[in-house]
Amino acid sequence: MASMNMVQALNSALDLALQRDEDTLIFGQDVGYFGGVFRVTDKLQEKHGVTRCFDAPIAEGGIIATAIGMGAYGLRPVVEIQFADYILPAFDQLVSEAARLRYRSGGQFSAPITVRSPYGGGIFGGQTHSQSPEAIFAHISGLKTVIPSNPYDAKGLLLASIADDDPVIFLEPKRVYNGPFDGYHDRALKTWAEHPMGEVPEEYYTVPLGKAAIVRPGSAMTLLAYGTMVHVAAAAIEESGIDAELLDLRSIVPLDIDTIVASVKRTGRCVIVHEASRYGGFGAELSALVQERCFHYLRSPIERVAGWDTPYPYAFEWDYFPGPARVEAAMRRTLEP
Amino acid sequence: MEDDKLSLHIPTPRARPGDPVTFDHISIPAAGLVRRPEISASEEQLRDLPYDLIRVLDPDGKAVGPWNPQLSADHLRRGLRAMLLTRIFDDQLFRAHRQGKTTFFMKSAGEEAIGASQSLALRASDMCFPTYRVVSWLMARDYPVVDLVNQIYSNANDPLKGRQLPILYSARDYGFYSLSGNVGTRIGHAVGWAMASAYKRDTRIAIGYIGEGSTAEGDFHEALTFASVYRAPVILCVTNNQWAISSFQGIAGGEATTFAAKAIAYGLPGLRVDGNDFLAVHAATEWAAQRARANHGATLIELFTYRAAGHSTSDDPTKYRPTNEEQAWPLGDPIERLKQHLLGIGEWSELRHTELIAELTEHVRGACKEADAVGTFGKSKPSAREMFEDVYKEPDWRLIEQRRELGV
Repeated sequence: MASMNMVQALNSALDLALQRDEDTLIFGQDVGYFGGVFRVTDKLQEKHGVTRCFDAPIAEGGIIATAIGMGAYGLRPVVEIQFADYILPAFDQLVSEAARLRYRSGGQFSAPITVRSPYGGGIFGGQTHSQSPEAIFAHISGLKTVIPSNPYDAKGLLLASIADDDPVIFLEPKRVYNGPFDGYHDRALKTWAEHPMGEVPEEYYTVPLGKAAIVRPGSAMTLLAYGTMVHVAAAAIEESGIDAELLDLRSIVPLDIDTIVASVKRTGRCVIVHEASRYGGFGAELSALVQERCFHYLRSPIERVAGWDTPYPYAFEWDYFPGPARVEAAMRRTLEP
Repeated sequence: MEDDKLSLHIPTPRARPGDPVTFDHISIPAAGLVRRPEISASEEQLRDLPYDLIRVLDPDGKAVGPWNPQLSADHLRRGLRAMLLTRIFDDQLFRAHRQGKTTFFMKSAGEEAIGASQSLALRASDMCFPTYRVVSWLMARDYPVVDLVNQIYSNANDPLKGRQLPILYSARDYGFYSLSGNVGTRIGHAVGWAMASAYKRDTRIAIGYIGEGSTAEGDFHEALTFASVYRAPVILCVTNNQWAISSFQGIAGGEATTFAAKAIAYGLPGLRVDGNDFLAVHAATEWAAQRARANHGATLIELFTYRAAGHSTSDDPTKYRPTNEEQAWPLGDPIERLKQHLLGIGEWSELRHTELIAELTEHVRGACKEADAVGTFGKSKPSAREMFEDVYKEPDWRLIEQRRELGV
């Protein structure tokens, strides 16, 4: 075991993936010699050679198209889209091609690609470095969407994603790359060194896709979260003193519906938390699923805490970001008779 | 001094329905004149080629000039057979559509030389990333015609399990990548596949197609960028059949330059080839393939041809172009031209030609009958369970629940 932040854990996963399988290779903007703008591919080119980890042109659609072709050949490319905000030029390739290839070819071809992309807010990145586009990928049949919240999971989920035979969108909550951010932006920064999930095995392991983690057991209500919001939700639980159960979904496709349903049936209340804007967000799907499957167990309306339905506003970072105070307010509303 | 008033240019074809057909504006150089450079030539030594037109068959059907690929008579007859089979297949399936046996069909009439010639020019282990008008690639490799018809009918024997529009085939074992109804989206896959082959120190190469209309898509330019940057062993083909549904090639930029010349800005060789000349297509493809196999990278080939039929069964080309335009096309009919060549070299006869047409007609008819017996569209289909398979390698709980909800 070693103490790693999320960047180091992801780097360790990629290093092992390159070591274990020569059909795995990495490319993306600035990922080669430089090692990526967030350093996730640091030293991988030096260690494994230029053909294993190299720079790509600024053409997200081209990056994904190339990866799909490589996947069809039989490789397992791992590509980086520098910010999830820039993934949209590749949307057609992901939706019309990667997601559909196995289906439309009757299983003759598939695209076992992993698309890593830093996402989410809390970094004063404005509208082009802060967005959370997970819902638009969750909506696409044929894609998997994975979102870790801590270094241990990040490594295990990334290795599971690379080993997976389907295309995976792997969204990295960049606000927690260096420490577990709980939404209290005015408090001292924490590091992963103080967090149990910052203890990461140096060897290969996987965390299965589609298996939620019970971060904190509780009986008063169920909080559903992923990515940075796991830490925000945890802070809200601590501040409120409410005995809530916190689930970290870890992947939204596949979704661990059994764990969600079992928890809500037990607690009778549910609060859904995500950074992405609320309307049509993944919280809407979660809310519908919980309502469909737990209606007779629910003792209060399901609450959603999310980003406002505006573009991500630069100067209003903390007015927009759904911090622990908003989560706590929603938790208290669910307890009202 | 007063400025001139600006004017907006909207490209317009020379002839619309009712107008006299003229192709006088298209310059067709005589066959045999274009030089054939060494495959090791650098791109800057090749910049005249994108503006020329590589042709091998002269008006008498003689193979002339440095691009003459010197193909065996057997090879030529295989090509002719694949092209004829394609045309006969197209005609029969077009009729099947009229008879209500399928909802949709697309012909490749006039473009049969392209897929047939390139299929035979490349190796079985190479991979083609097709458009929907290169079914002659499969015909040249003896893909079972009955499986094409089963796919078109989406019947119980459809190899694609009822999931795809008619003619959007996929045939991995025949080096034929999965087609999609989105135009232009797979050209970059050809580059990625070729890069993978190079990465693995393999010897296989890829060939990708895009229509001239779709060269306006960003996918095309991204593919050329990647092909150039990583020197991918790929042949990228622009099938310039003059028409993108009702939009003439000028709407895609064909008035300003040639499609082959797009290669120049990417530092790639660009060849412009008579797409109705089986031998010229072969020669250009072979040249590009040799370059690719020798690690000299990608080549862009514009295949200059004409879409002799409508875009699809949903299209009526008489609404936007003169009715007899295809007959006036100055590069002729690719089948007639290869036939004339074979006759000229004494390796074919009118009798053999008539017999071959009869044989292939019977072959397609037999395949159609076999597929008809399984069922035409709506009369037979794969199990509805197939609808939920292959979304992922393993279905997740949603798909399992939904399959049960449908009761299959």
